[in-house]
Amino acid sequence: MADLTMRIWRGDQDGGELVDYEIDSQEGEVVLDVIHRLQATQAPDLACRWNCKAGKCGSCSAEINGMPRLMCMTRMDQLPEGPITITPMRTFPIIRDLVTDVSFNFEMAKRVPAFNPPAMPEGGYRMQQIDVERGQEFRKCIECFMCQNVCHVIRDHEENKVNYAGPRFFIRYAELEMHPLDTNDRRELVREKMGLGLCNITKCCTEVCPEHIKITDNAIIPLKERAVDAHYDPVAWLGRKITRRTKRSAAEAAADRP
Amino acid sequence: MAVDDATITEVQLGGRRGGPDVATLRTDKWWKLPVTTVAVLSAFIVYATWAAFFGTSNFFYEAHNLLSPFYSPCLGSICKTQGVTSSPFLGWWQLSPALIILVFPLGFRMTCYYYRKAYYRSFWRSPVACAVQDAHSTYSGETRAPLILQNIHRYFFYFGLVFNVLLTIDAVQAFIWPGGGVHMSVGTLVLCLNASLLWLYSLSCHACRHLCGGQVRNFSKHPIRHKLWKFVTPLNAKHMQFAWMSLIVVAMTDVYVRLVASGTITDFKIF
Ligand code: SF4
Ligand code: SF4
Ligand code: FES
Ligand code: FES
Repeated sequence: MADLTMRIWRGDQDGGELVDYEIDSQEGEVVLDVIHRLQATQAPDLACRWNCKAGKCGSCSAEINGMPRLMCMTRMDQLPEGPITITPMRTFPIIRDLVTDVSFNFEMAKRVPAFNPPAMPEGGYRMQQIDVERGQEFRKCIECFMCQNVCHVIRDHEENKVNYAGPRFFIRYAELEMHPLDTNDRRELVREKMGLGLCNITKCCTEVCPEHIKITDNAIIPLKERAVDAHYDPVAWLGRKITRRTKRSAAEAAADRP
Repeated sequence: MAVDDATITEVQLGGRRGGPDVATLRTDKWWKLPVTTVAVLSAFIVYATWAAFFGTSNFFYEAHNLLSPFYSPCLGSICKTQGVTSSPFLGWWQLSPALIILVFPLGFRMTCYYYRKAYYRSFWRSPVACAVQDAHSTYSGETRAPLILQNIHRYFFYFGLVFNVLLTIDAVQAFIWPGGGVHMSVGTLVLCLNASLLWLYSLSCHACRHLCGGQVRNFSKHPIRHKLWKFVTPLNAKHMQFAWMSLIVVAMTDVYVRLVASGTITDFKIF
């Protein structure tokens, strides 16, 4: 007897609906296993993305019982009793079934002014271990885009997408701003054009990140504090007027986008 | 492609989204946390308002030198009538002295990154929980007045430090009783606990972490700031816990002083 109900959203740009599939449970399975069994048996045309099945490629993001999760890392035995709802990521346009068009994220990736080290003879760059360690956390990102998906700034307000880098790219900006060899100053750029002020630090990005990156505490808030240094703090402003500016401006930084 | 050939293509808006059009598909009890937050914060606001406007007596227990944190520094003219000797007075201020003081701790907590999260979620419901639809149709975050003022949080942090020093002085003074000699009572310990939690709350502040060392690009060139940053970073990870503990304890301290000063309970003497 089938003891599982998988309630899966089926559809495309023309619309769709939740469809119930009854299937046997098997021991030790993750959600993605069940999806694969459904593809092999009842729903050969069910579309989903996956690649590594190890929580490392970031392809299988979906919403399981309404929460963004990686399908390959969500164990069936940890889900509550009753039908299990699987829907595609909400924030991005649908392609088909569980597959969404995430190109918004690649657009925002293109806008990040690249790493810009000072000119130096070959082999001249040196970094100390404590400086290397600082950005490591951000490098764990697998680009599952679940943080982008859960962020209410664009999830519930489509119009904000035009000027909003989103949490995944805030960690990129933070990493570059904390890089000892980088000479760009992106603080005004993130404040003015990348929507840093739209984030209200409600931490949903941190809650869903499968890599447990402390996105809000370690990237967004430090960026917000840097925006205060660069823009809002009257004393820091005075200090800048007195001391010589050494970092490049946002406009100069934006000029070397890849 | 050469770097210069790259163009920034516009973000395409629109396009149908997948999934049913409902506010949320979550099945867990996501509303528990915001409901608890509203309950605790509202209780605190109601109590603090009462204490500031109406509780203008019994905020000082003279025999053991216990001053309520809501009334420190005790600036108003009623402080003299209550026998507070440790604070300067503002003879012309006839209203509750708590009103002058509460502005700073209130501003500090209102602009705190953690409390912002708490009240944006629970009171403003923007969003009330993750993957639950924002309760508002338009949204500008912290980009406009008044919320843009959240950016001055670091100044409230500085004021907060001044208050911590004053409350620490109060805690130390509570060891010295008017009759002479150094003593300790439960009340002294309550004041010490309150001051310690307020220090932990301030030191774990995100602005503090930034100012200590988070600001620099190059830790290896700023060893002292790196040390400071390393010291406050683990505290910062507990900022939420300190925020709640210090909030509850500051109210409890006020309650304790009032109960003792009104004679409802005795302040047990340890030595
Ligand atoms: S903390 Fe900011 S970036 Fe992260 S989900 Fe919330 S609003 Fe979005
Ligand atoms: S920061 Fe975390 S949630 Fe966001 S894309 Fe990277 S791994 Fe996914
Ligand atoms: S399949 Fe690679 S993260 Fe799930
Ligand atoms: S006091 Fe909470 S962040 Fe500063």
